[in-house]
Amino acid sequence: MKNFLSGNEAVARGALEAGIKLAAAYPGTPSTEILENIADKFPSIYSQWSPNEKVAFEVGIGASLGGARTLVTMKHVGLNVAADPFMTFAYTGVGGGFVIVSADDPEMHSSQNEQDNRFYAKFAQIPFLEPSDSQESKDFVKLACEISEQFDTPVMLRMTTRISHSKGIVLEGEPIEPPAEGFKRDMNKYVMIPSNARKRHVVVAERLEKLQKYSEETELNFVEDNGSNIGIITGGIAYQYAKDNLPEVDYLKIGFGFPLPLNKIRKFVKSHKTTLIIEELEPYYEEQIKAAGINIDGKKYFSNLGELSPYKVALGLKEAGIIDQVTMAEFEPEQLFPRPPVLCPGCPHRAPFMALKKLKVPVTGDIGCYTLAVLPPLNIMDTCICMGASIGNAIGMEKVNPDENGTAAVIGDSTFLHSGITGLLDAVYNKSNITVVILDNRITAMTGGQHNPATGQTLMGEKTKEVNLIELCKALGVESVHEVDPYDYQATLDVLKTELKKPGPSVVITNKPCVLMPKRVMDKPYEVILDECNGCSACFRIGCPAISTSKELTKRNRPKAIIDPLLCTGCSVCAQICKPEAIVLVSEPAVVGK
Amino acid sequence: MKNDIKNVLIVGVGGQGVLLASEVLSETAMLVGLDIKKSEVHGMSQRGGVVTSHVKFGTKVYSPIIPYGQADIIVSFEQAEALRSIEWLKKNGLIATSRTRLVPPIASSGKFFYPDDPIAELKTKVSRVIALDADKIALELGNPRLVNILLLGVISGELGFDSTIWNDAIKKRVKPKFVDINLLAFAKGQELAKKSNTVSA
Repeated sequence: MKNFLSGNEAVARGALEAGIKLAAAYPGTPSTEILENIADKFPSIYSQWSPNEKVAFEVGIGASLGGARTLVTMKHVGLNVAADPFMTFAYTGVGGGFVIVSADDPEMHSSQNEQDNRFYAKFAQIPFLEPSDSQESKDFVKLACEISEQFDTPVMLRMTTRISHSKGIVLEGEPIEPPAEGFKRDMNKYVMIPSNARKRHVVVAERLEKLQKYSEETELNFVEDNGSNIGIITGGIAYQYAKDNLPEVDYLKIGFGFPLPLNKIRKFVKSHKTTLIIEELEPYYEEQIKAAGINIDGKKYFSNLGELSPYKVALGLKEAGIIDQVTMAEFEPEQLFPRPPVLCPGCPHRAPFMALKKLKVPVTGDIGCYTLAVLPPLNIMDTCICMGASIGNAIGMEKVNPDENGTAAVIGDSTFLHSGITGLLDAVYNKSNITVVILDNRITAMTGGQHNPATGQTLMGEKTKEVNLIELCKALGVESVHEVDPYDYQATLDVLKTELKKPGPSVVITNKPCVLMPKRVMDKPYEVILDECNGCSACFRIGCPAISTSKELTKRNRPKAIIDPLLCTGCSVCAQICKPEAIVLVSEPAVVGK
Repeated sequence: MKNDIKNVLIVGVGGQGVLLASEVLSETAMLVGLDIKKSEVHGMSQRGGVVTSHVKFGTKVYSPIIPYGQADIIVSFEQAEALRSIEWLKKNGLIATSRTRLVPPIASSGKFFYPDDPIAELKTKVSRVIALDADKIALELGNPRLVNILLLGVISGELGFDSTIWNDAIKKRVKPKFVDINLLAFAKGQELAKKSNTVSA
């Protein structure tokens, strides 16, 4: 059957067809929809969100050693978190076939860096497969399982945002039921004490030789012979951009990216007058090709920064003398206002940031919707490095540079449970004077609303234990733990002011759910009484998308505010800070005749 | 082979139904038996950012991204976004846009300004522009969320697919209880396009 699927939907379908038994992940753009689709469409596969990628990976190892075909998925930086089990699992090898999806984010559409995880496969000496469209995304899951079992190795399926989130037509196949092997005890293979690990490293080296041979022979690395004297070596989405520009030259398309088929490459280069390498991000192929003494270019023409595109590839091809002309834009681009993403109308994170801004303290930040507080007009976040970093950052900053007003770390519930707990333990153990603000909205919101251990529901929809953050923080040894309603601006400001000044670590937890999930919060909207509005602009500075400038001006020519009743959720935060009390509930009749 | 590809860019702001519109268009092309690719970037779109969907169809489609200057049609649900997107438009390409005006908070900060009349500016540059009070028309039809399918109706004549196929695609992609009203919006769009002399078909 034919279906129109995104790369991520196709991987989910591939998991079904490959007979995957367990899939585990922590959400992260652009990988999230894989597990969502598995849970939603293929509940015969056991799937779960883990608190972080490391745990998901370790759960996966257990399942693989238990004999089942297994899938773990994560965004590129998620593999940093899971790198510890990843590097050593490469030594032990697998039970059932084991596939790691690494979904990289060139251009950083929704990430803090654009690291090229193809290097991780080489680093761990394991093979990786790289699809160029949705069809391959599906097909490669099963192939990866087979390679994993044939060579006794974990296999990486390397996706990128453009592959994960683009849709194409996919011809679906029949699911298979691989035999259940069960767990085969083998301490020499699976217990990585030094004496065993030394022996396994030898196995890894031997395996690499076999994989090298496989890479030369597999149809995953194929030559497309169109009788041209120009040859392109490419893989992933870059293949499509190259084909768009040069449909009729010859290609060596790399689908099996480590180890590279260097003999095949050498032969391909010899049989062409000109050969170019087109790859997105780092010169991964190029470094190895050049190291093998094959002198062809790639990054000389195609940048290693950001995503490639048909246009960027065309520019590179022109520079390389392969094409004469590049189709340019017909119409000049417009310099317009930006439309940056903002905290939603009624977001419970807004007032805590307004309070922190008022208190003028250093604010170390973390990964989530709330990172948007760094953007205008709130502009209140001083760091954002990686999941959970806010707490460690605040501890270090406060040790060397104590601020008289205090030091705050801001982190969401999902991020705190992912990798903030150990940071807080450090704050207690090392007597840090920081205040950790946990913006607890009970969901992993930035990636679209996934469940986490604070939600009370599993990925497969079962009710489960909700972690109690207050008790957890107290158990770690924090003596001052406070809960606050983030829609009460004054209360939020007061508790933060007190806690920030206190010696020792303290925690302030906000207690209102995300306005979008699990259900949309929509209370009676507020409106601006224009006669009362003095144009002070305080409400513009809280960055609520429901509030904008009206065409009405004050006597001093300042624009008055207006509230869009369709967007306003009735959170009341703007009304609380409006000095002339011009913002009122729409239903309040006091307006008339005043 | 390259020439038989049609490129349609759909733009708007998070929550305006860009993705549903591109799904319906893709489904139509698929029912006709064409190869299709569609690309958009998720992630931040839900938070008021720009949403752009590239839809390409033809005998064989490679890249899912439309290069600059090569969109046959741009469909926009917000007037300033129509102006922002012209870099993609082909010479003689068509822009169909709603007159919807969504001013972001940043344009209330004093640092940036929302243009007074983006459509007037658009018309000074691009010859084939259809601008509609799509919000108002959708509301009259009974639901403000119909803007996306209404505008698909407006551009449908340009693509030459049969109306029955469009209708089948709408039935397949729209939630059952909203199908009838969306079919109505689509037909309304077709009717409005016929009245406009900017559309060639």
